[in-house]
Amino acid sequence: MTETGFPVLSALIFFPLLAAVGLFFLRDERTIRLYTLVVGLIEMGLAAPLFRFDLTTANFQFVEIMPWVPAWNMNYHVGVDGISILMIFLTVLLLPLCVLCSWTYIGKRVKEFHFCLLLMIGACVGIFSALDFVLFYIFWEAMLIPMFLLIAVWGGPNKRYASLKFFIYTLAGSTLFLAAIVAFFVNTGTFSIPELMTHEYAFNFQFWTFLAMALAFAIKVPMFPFHTWLPAAHVEAPTAGSVLLASILLKMGTYGFLRFCLPLTPAASEYFAPLMITISIISILYGGAIALGQRDMKKLIAYSSVAHMGFVTLGIFVFTMRGVEGAIMQMINHGITTGALFMLVGAIYERSHSREIADNMGLGKYLPAYMFFFGLFAIASFGFPGTNGFVSEALVLIGVFEANYLLGALTIPGVMLAAAYMLRLGLKLAWGQPSQAANWKDLNTREWVYLAPLAVLVLYLGLMPTLALKTINPSVVHLLNQYETRKALHMESSLQPEPPAQIVQLPATRGTDQ
Amino acid sequence: MIFHIELFIPELYLLALIGGLFVLTVGPQSWWRFLRYLPLAAGVGIGVAALSFQFSGLMLYGAYQVDGLSQFFKMAIFLGLAVTCLNAMNQPTLSEEKRPDYFLFLCLSALGLMLLSSAVELVTIFLALELASYSLYALIPLRSKEPAAAEAGIKYILFGAVVTALAMYGLSYILGVHHTTYLAELVTKTWSWSETPAALIGIALFLGALFYKLALFPLHFWCPDVYEGASNETAAFVATLPKLGAVVVLVRMSSLLDPSMEVTMLLAVLAAVSMTFGNLSALVQNDLKRLLGYSSVSHAGYVMLGIVAGTPAGLSAAAFYAVVYLLMNLACFWVICRLSTDGRNLKLDDLNGLYQRSPGLALVLAVSAFALVGLPPTAGFMGKLFLLNSAWMEGYHWLVIIAVLNSAIAIYYYLNLVRHAYTRDAPTDVPAEALAVPNPGLLWGGLLAAAVLWLGVAPGTLFSFAQLAGATVGVGP
Repeated sequence: MTETGFPVLSALIFFPLLAAVGLFFLRDERTIRLYTLVVGLIEMGLAAPLFRFDLTTANFQFVEIMPWVPAWNMNYHVGVDGISILMIFLTVLLLPLCVLCSWTYIGKRVKEFHFCLLLMIGACVGIFSALDFVLFYIFWEAMLIPMFLLIAVWGGPNKRYASLKFFIYTLAGSTLFLAAIVAFFVNTGTFSIPELMTHEYAFNFQFWTFLAMALAFAIKVPMFPFHTWLPAAHVEAPTAGSVLLASILLKMGTYGFLRFCLPLTPAASEYFAPLMITISIISILYGGAIALGQRDMKKLIAYSSVAHMGFVTLGIFVFTMRGVEGAIMQMINHGITTGALFMLVGAIYERSHSREIADNMGLGKYLPAYMFFFGLFAIASFGFPGTNGFVSEALVLIGVFEANYLLGALTIPGVMLAAAYMLRLGLKLAWGQPSQAANWKDLNTREWVYLAPLAVLVLYLGLMPTLALKTINPSVVHLLNQYETRKALHMESSLQPEPPAQIVQLPATRGTDQ
Repeated sequence: MIFHIELFIPELYLLALIGGLFVLTVGPQSWWRFLRYLPLAAGVGIGVAALSFQFSGLMLYGAYQVDGLSQFFKMAIFLGLAVTCLNAMNQPTLSEEKRPDYFLFLCLSALGLMLLSSAVELVTIFLALELASYSLYALIPLRSKEPAAAEAGIKYILFGAVVTALAMYGLSYILGVHHTTYLAELVTKTWSWSETPAALIGIALFLGALFYKLALFPLHFWCPDVYEGASNETAAFVATLPKLGAVVVLVRMSSLLDPSMEVTMLLAVLAAVSMTFGNLSALVQNDLKRLLGYSSVSHAGYVMLGIVAGTPAGLSAAAFYAVVYLLMNLACFWVICRLSTDGRNLKLDDLNGLYQRSPGLALVLAVSAFALVGLPPTAGFMGKLFLLNSAWMEGYHWLVIIAVLNSAIAIYYYLNLVRHAYTRDAPTDVPAEALAVPNPGLLWGGLLAAAVLWLGVAPGTLFSFAQLAGATVGVGP
């Protein structure tokens, strides 16, 4: 039970799953959409108790724990801290917006579409609140199935290839993660994440488990050599799929780095940090450069995601407070702006039936509201001051410069590239010629409704990031303190022999029968 | 000789069923309508076996042991029998006059497996194994107008006979060296290459017979051919229940397998090869039953993880996985049998557009395929997790890594089933009504899928049963 008495996290996880079952009894498409929309609004209401989050502590809050498989010491264990609570808010907010942006976009198998959507949201809240390693892994993998279906069934012409690549790439990457979970369990006898964080691990053990986990996370992020599934998946996915993919799925990888790699394998994180930083910078530059050359809007935004997520991993692996805070802010901000940009691409696709930039030019004159939103999210995306993107990118850059001037200098071209490709896209869309835009209608009320909240968030987080930073701060301070002390401890103890690993025993066996 | 009737209740119940079926085979055809109560009767058997959980003891001169393990597997066998009988009720390729005989043989085979789960003496194990096999030798070719069926039958019989002979030969070695066939006494003997090489050869040969049933590499070669040749319903039986029997004996014999023993390492290697070979071969299959055949070769490898670990944790994980495998494989075969209304062998393309033709079956197929991959939140994942945990605890790190990498390979072909069902369209040149699949008994398939999901979310209860099974393996006094 929680301190509020109401199991808010369980409600957030299981309400969408239960509501998904309710869909089976509905027939009319409009009713289905309305029903899911209402479910989304209720889900947002259910998240309200989370506002009682205590900003002064780094402890896990709203904790619920129940025995699950006692024989293996598995528990149903959920809770949030400053790192995960904002992601949960974002996830919950996206559900109604995704329903709205698919209102006319999805024309076939409507019921199944919303079914997948609800499963996704439930699983994603689960991922960010799980405090049991197995529970985390279950949500981590379970969310692949609805995402696979979203791409495979409602995707574009190349959906089969894209969905298969997405599924196999991400699932294959996380199989070794499972081996790492097993290794942690056998080493400590527990699956509880807070408890695992209190244990010390030998460097050799950290080395291998870090590699196994980092592969899974790097594919999810996606970091440079493992990013190839992303553009294919983004381009083929329906709008809501792209939004969820960009806003939540990619964050699971960076969340994994923060939640598992830094606290559990600090020495190995330190050891691999140069490699991770190098890959991050390559991701930033490479993603930006490729985005600059794209003609397909979705592909452009997809490659820009590679670059933006590079900032997140960069911020994490410089191990400075501003770097990590910036990384977490960037996770949220990228979720908001990129999600919104994908929604905008979806909206214009419904008008032009093309995602080519060339087919969608000249919107400035005929669709001013559309261009307003596009401009806002585009400048937020490249970190224009006053928008949320600026806050996070600036924090990451300060963190990087604090760590190393050279690294900071290497990152700057990435920021300029981002401005270049976003401005190029914005300019072409607004004033490009020739234009078919004269025949299209500007944003309707429904589109206003799903874009406006995100626009407000962009400005709110850009102008007043204090509350968000206050939420994150204690957890980050705790994370880095713990990281520093345990790294230091490890340095001291590395010369001494390893203590014997503690092996778990199943409960006493029954006597032999006679 | 001690004979406690209460220890024998599940077997007696099944014997009574067999007696009834025998009467049906010789009786007039008008009695055959009673056949349709067979699944129900077998289902009652689950309860009977569950009731007898409280009894335990040794009987028949210590050759027959009733304990948690045996009762657990007897319950599972009744469950499997009930589902396979239900599944085979309307078998399209079976000629009408053979129907009671078909079910008689099914139940006889199940009886053999049930005896197998209590046998703790090598000759008894051997006899029970033969009883289970002979019925299958008769069942597999029991498919009218299908030359492949005869071929499959002959293959199964011939290879089965060779393996049996080898097992007998191995048994003679064990008896010759150690002068006993009781597992309880064999545990106390030395098993090492340097001291008793002959006994080691003997046990390897004897284990071969079990590996044949389990379709573990290198004794797997019959598996895809026999599945392909047998009718869908028979394949559903052959693919699931005999595996349970093999696992239960392996669990019992694992008390012989000291980690220091050379055989254990050999088993670990066989497990690794079996997983890899089975998965790689399944990748290129187009016939669904062949695909499932090769997938069962790889699953045999997974089960061996627990056996190789040899600890109570490992053995209970193996027992748990065996039951989960039974459920998910039966769910998969359930879909195949419903889909193949004329009894022909299905290709991957036959699944195309299953989503439109029968959404329910498509969902059952998706759940069972994802469970076979070992994807959460299905029971397949939990089973695999328990197995991996137990193997890692005993230091088989390399084996665990190979196992998880194998799941990555397996994703492709299992996912292919789901892709064909959900993302391909049904053939357009045939009218949609002709392709629509009637859904009789969809409820049962749904129940199987629900069980697979439920055990993935809440594996606690079944696992504590399995734990009881794993804990009672200490054979004899």
